[in-house]
Amino acid sequence: MTAPRSLLHIDWTACDGRGLCTEILPELLARDDWGYPLARTRGAGSDVPVQERLLDAASEAVALCPRQALRLVLGT
Amino acid sequence: MTGAVASSVTAPVGTTRLTSAPAADFATHLATFGPLPTSNPAVLLSALHDSGLEGRGGGAFPAWRKLAAVPGRERARGRRVVVIGNAAEGEPLSSKDATLLTVAPHLVIDGLLAVAESLNGTATYLYVRSSVLGAVSRALGERRDARKIELREAADSFVSGEASAVVSALAGRRPVPQDRPFLLTESGLAGRPTLLHNVETLAHIALIARFGPAWFRSRGTASDPGTRLVTVTGGGRPSTVIEIGGGAGLNDVFRFAGIDPAGLSGVLVGGFHGAWVPASAGNVRLDREDLARFGATPGAGILMGQDARHCPLTVASAIATYLAGETAGQCGPCVNGLSAMASVLSRLARGERDPSLPAELRRLADLVTGRGSCHYPDGTARFVLSTLTVFDADVRAHLAGTCRKEHS
Amino acid sequence: MNEALWALGRGTGVVALALFTMSVLLGILTRSGRPLFGLPRFALTLVHRNVALLATAFLAVHLVTLLGDSYAQLRLVDFVVPFLGAYKPFWLGLGTVAVDLLIAVVLTSPERASVGVRVFRAVHWLTYLIWPVALLHGIGNGTDAGAGWFIAFAVVCAVAVLSALLWRLTGGFAPLGSVRADLTQGDQNRTDPKRTDPNRVERNR
Repeated sequence: MTAPRSLLHIDWTACDGRGLCTEILPELLARDDWGYPLARTRGAGSDVPVQERLLDAASEAVALCPRQALRLVLGT
Repeated sequence: MTGAVASSVTAPVGTTRLTSAPAADFATHLATFGPLPTSNPAVLLSALHDSGLEGRGGGAFPAWRKLAAVPGRERARGRRVVVIGNAAEGEPLSSKDATLLTVAPHLVIDGLLAVAESLNGTATYLYVRSSVLGAVSRALGERRDARKIELREAADSFVSGEASAVVSALAGRRPVPQDRPFLLTESGLAGRPTLLHNVETLAHIALIARFGPAWFRSRGTASDPGTRLVTVTGGGRPSTVIEIGGGAGLNDVFRFAGIDPAGLSGVLVGGFHGAWVPASAGNVRLDREDLARFGATPGAGILMGQDARHCPLTVASAIATYLAGETAGQCGPCVNGLSAMASVLSRLARGERDPSLPAELRRLADLVTGRGSCHYPDGTARFVLSTLTVFDADVRAHLAGTCRKEHS
Repeated sequence: MNEALWALGRGTGVVALALFTMSVLLGILTRSGRPLFGLPRFALTLVHRNVALLATAFLAVHLVTLLGDSYAQLRLVDFVVPFLGAYKPFWLGLGTVAVDLLIAVVLTSPERASVGVRVFRAVHWLTYLIWPVALLHGIGNGTDAGAGWFIAFAVVCAVAVLSALLWRLTGGFAPLGSVRADLTQGDQNRTDPKRTDPNRVERNR
């Protein structure tokens, strides 16, 4: 059994690659060739696993995203 | 399930099932298949489960599981369900759904009604291409039980058949995929649980409701039971739609369609979002297990033969360029990544001898995979990667400047 | 006491205008999607928000002090309904209009998640109206409007916001994201790509 994971979901239809989330969560997100957030976890795609200690920062990123393109799905 | 078999008709034998009625009208349909038995939800569900029928729209999701995903919730919340028959068929290489709706529209209608009845559906839709609107509307007019089915014209684009794009279109919004926090079976059209089936899947359901799962499995393989419609293109011939048994050999299918497999260097299985099977692999079966090692699935039954005299990279480049132009334009990584991939592939296809091109293509394919709100970038990346792998010799010939195939 | 209130009312008005000007500037700069002044983008956003809140606080003091001031002859209704004032009703009314609109902006901002990004942005666009209206209110109503320092201040504010706005309207403003946005908007007017037949790609190559 793996521990339940929280996921940071990126809504690409809303994301404009403004980059705030990549500054707040540099451990989780880099920027791709065009500035869009790129998960450092390989293959994470649109749902980026968030470790417990980064949950606050992730919430901050959700709140500050100018496009409201982020959603935090807490592991239950 | 044997009780469901209509006594006045015999179940179709051989691999001609969906296409076995000699004409498309309702009377011929009834004479060929008999009336649709009243469906008991539990019986239909268990019949679909036992049949092993998988969705024929490309996703290959087990048909019974979709059905099972709805009723519990529907009962719990007392909400009625929306059922949609999807024939948007946005893939340019496919025409089997349009053909089915022309040849056997009543099987599709039967399947739609059977599913809707078993779920206490509140609204039923048929979402079809403009070319078959007339045929379907004529069929709907032939029967009283189909009055509640709403016929809608599908948007004309590659992504129009994606489930959430269909729901968007039916809700009167732009026909593009959406980022959805809920499954459609939980909350779809107008917030109702929504069940979306490809029309060929519905036609199979109509037959399974009549003749039972054992009959369904009497053709095909264990991992691809039943028959399926395929659209075959290649060898300079116009495309043909044929019904084959699941797991038929690729070469046999091409021969059946009048195309000599010996003249092919490979077959694109699954359309523009599919993967190549090289001719050197032999008579590979059109079956999930056999196709897995090429990264392909039977998908929506699209087969395109690649003429051995023509350069496959030129063809792949044209397809990648087409796909880059067909994005819904919503997701940054897809919009930018697909056009970048198309441009690198076209440089390779045109004969630019830069040895870094294949690695750049692989990097871009990896970069876009999983980073869209639908699987459009993933499918495009899969196609490009498959091209590089299967036609590696052609890639090397291009980099060495020694490709002698036709590039026109 | 009255003199003190009067001075405080005037002073806070000028400070509020200065802070709102800064917030508008920061808002425009934030929208460019670039880190500026050595600050990361999210910090710029936070400064934008906090300066706006501070400006709102100064504005509140500006209103309350002038309500207590007999010279300005303000009634509570003048905070809500414009152009009813006893003294310079038009210029005072502009201030009231700015306050009313500002209330909408301030209320929707923390509620962005619930009102949705569309409503939030639509309401936020009002600031392009609020800011010049507030500036005019200051010029027309302000006791110091004729003073050289105030004219200089107003000119600096106007030049700063106008140049930021001009930059906003140029092509190089937002380095990223525009590709997606352009395509999405263009798409609505685009005629559907023509489907011909299944062999279309083969024929085109």
